[in-house]
Amino acid sequence: MNQPVITVQDLNLWYGQSQALRSVSIQIPDRAITALIGPSGCGKSTFLKTLDRMNDLIPSVRVEGQVLYQGQDIFQTDVNQLRREIGMVFQKPNPFPMSIYDNVAYGPRTHGTRDKKTLDQLVERALRDAAIWDEVKDRLKKNALSLSGGQQQRLCIARALAVQPRVLLMDEPTSALDPISTSRIEDLVLSLKEHYAIVMVTHNMQQALRVSDQTAFFLLGELIEFGETGTLFSQPRDKRTEDYITGRFG
Amino acid sequence: MMMTSSPRRPLVPLVRVLSLLAAGLTALLTLFLIGYILLQGLPHLSWELVSTSPSYISQRVGILPDLLNTLYITLTTLLFVLPLGVGAAVYLTEYASSRRLAGAIEYAAEALAGIPSIIYGLVGMLLFSNTLGTSLMAGALTLVIMNLPTIMRNTQESLKTVPQSYREGAFGLGAGKWRVIRTVVLPNCLEGVVTGCILSVGRILGESAALLFTAGFAHTANDFFTALSSPGATLTVALYVYAKEQGEFGAAFAIAAILMLLALAINLLATLSAKFFQRRNAS
Repeated sequence: MNQPVITVQDLNLWYGQSQALRSVSIQIPDRAITALIGPSGCGKSTFLKTLDRMNDLIPSVRVEGQVLYQGQDIFQTDVNQLRREIGMVFQKPNPFPMSIYDNVAYGPRTHGTRDKKTLDQLVERALRDAAIWDEVKDRLKKNALSLSGGQQQRLCIARALAVQPRVLLMDEPTSALDPISTSRIEDLVLSLKEHYAIVMVTHNMQQALRVSDQTAFFLLGELIEFGETGTLFSQPRDKRTEDYITGRFG
Repeated sequence: MMMTSSPRRPLVPLVRVLSLLAAGLTALLTLFLIGYILLQGLPHLSWELVSTSPSYISQRVGILPDLLNTLYITLTTLLFVLPLGVGAAVYLTEYASSRRLAGAIEYAAEALAGIPSIIYGLVGMLLFSNTLGTSLMAGALTLVIMNLPTIMRNTQESLKTVPQSYREGAFGLGAGKWRVIRTVVLPNCLEGVVTGCILSVGRILGESAALLFTAGFAHTANDFFTALSSPGATLTVALYVYAKEQGEFGAAFAIAAILMLLALAINLLATLSAKFFQRRNAS
């Protein structure tokens, strides 16, 4: 396993009175894909959103425990800087209602890049890395909402890449897409792991098997099992993991 | 056949006829009113009327000052009420952490919207005319309070329709709160701001009671800044003065015709802007 980029120690999280995460400890390796699986409501999305502090947006959330990104406590660092380093791709494609170009340039502009040439280069590189450049290069000024769902999701990935993050969080990035778009995103994710640490929530066991290096199984807010994907699926150590991946519940 | 329904049956055609009659009467009344005002007003409408000031010496009636005053007071009111109303809406929807405080402010705004305008006039007179003198500025500030709920509520409704996913997307890229609001939220609630503006302009043009107390009756053509510090009649107030105190019904109806045309123009503008935003949202 590669060097960990994020280290989570004893993480507990509450929404008001109800506890959503129970004493989760995990190390997210760099330049690898970590899949988070588990039934609905098991806390995997909540866990993902804790990593870039998107849960801060919900007033009733309370967090205990330690999350270190590159050795730094994420709750002590500047949240905007943290989210620049740890990008997020959402379940439903959510491009802004502006041009394709402006969508991708939004992040760099937010962080102070004004120079037109630099922006042009960043936008092109991000779109190329997200494998959508050829489809949109002639219509960068067109509204992003005119793209298909799969294209929108790849645009959102490009938008996240444009700020040059280190980690990419993906919350069921293909659940709203058709099979062809899904396989394109999967190919894309596989190519991205050369440069990024990727954490991906998925409901789809095959997807976890196809793309991920490590898999973490969550149940009722607890991390039940975490290990190399092939091993976890073929020889689960925990009975509950076995029951889940063989489809006995979920 | 059920027996219960048969005695009701004779009512059906009757209800039909009555409702048709009501609809017809409504249409007729509206058309009559518009037609009557235009017929009475348009013959008195002349270039001289709208381009001169009134003069007792040459016994001339001119409404240029009233037109200018109306324009000035509308602009001034919007200048103050827009940042205030939009700002309040942004605070309540995006920042306020206490639901109870936000609720109280919203309730106050609702109540403010239902108060008869003459009460605004009375309060405006005590608050603004006593300090600034009877002037267009005092009138405009009174209208600011009156129109605040309109702008605020329309903006708020519009803010609520901006998808949460846009905000999340922008926050996820490391944008700060204000940047998210400025670049992603506000541009997408322009529709509500514009709608609020159009409604407010309509209300400002039609307002007389509140201005009788606060802005005065003078018919002097002034430049913008002089006008703000001097008393002046808007079109509606001028209409009242000409009809009620000077017996100049020609001028009064001419003003009425102008106001009527403006009201129709505003309705058209509202429809056009709704269409524009519909098309923009669809593309």
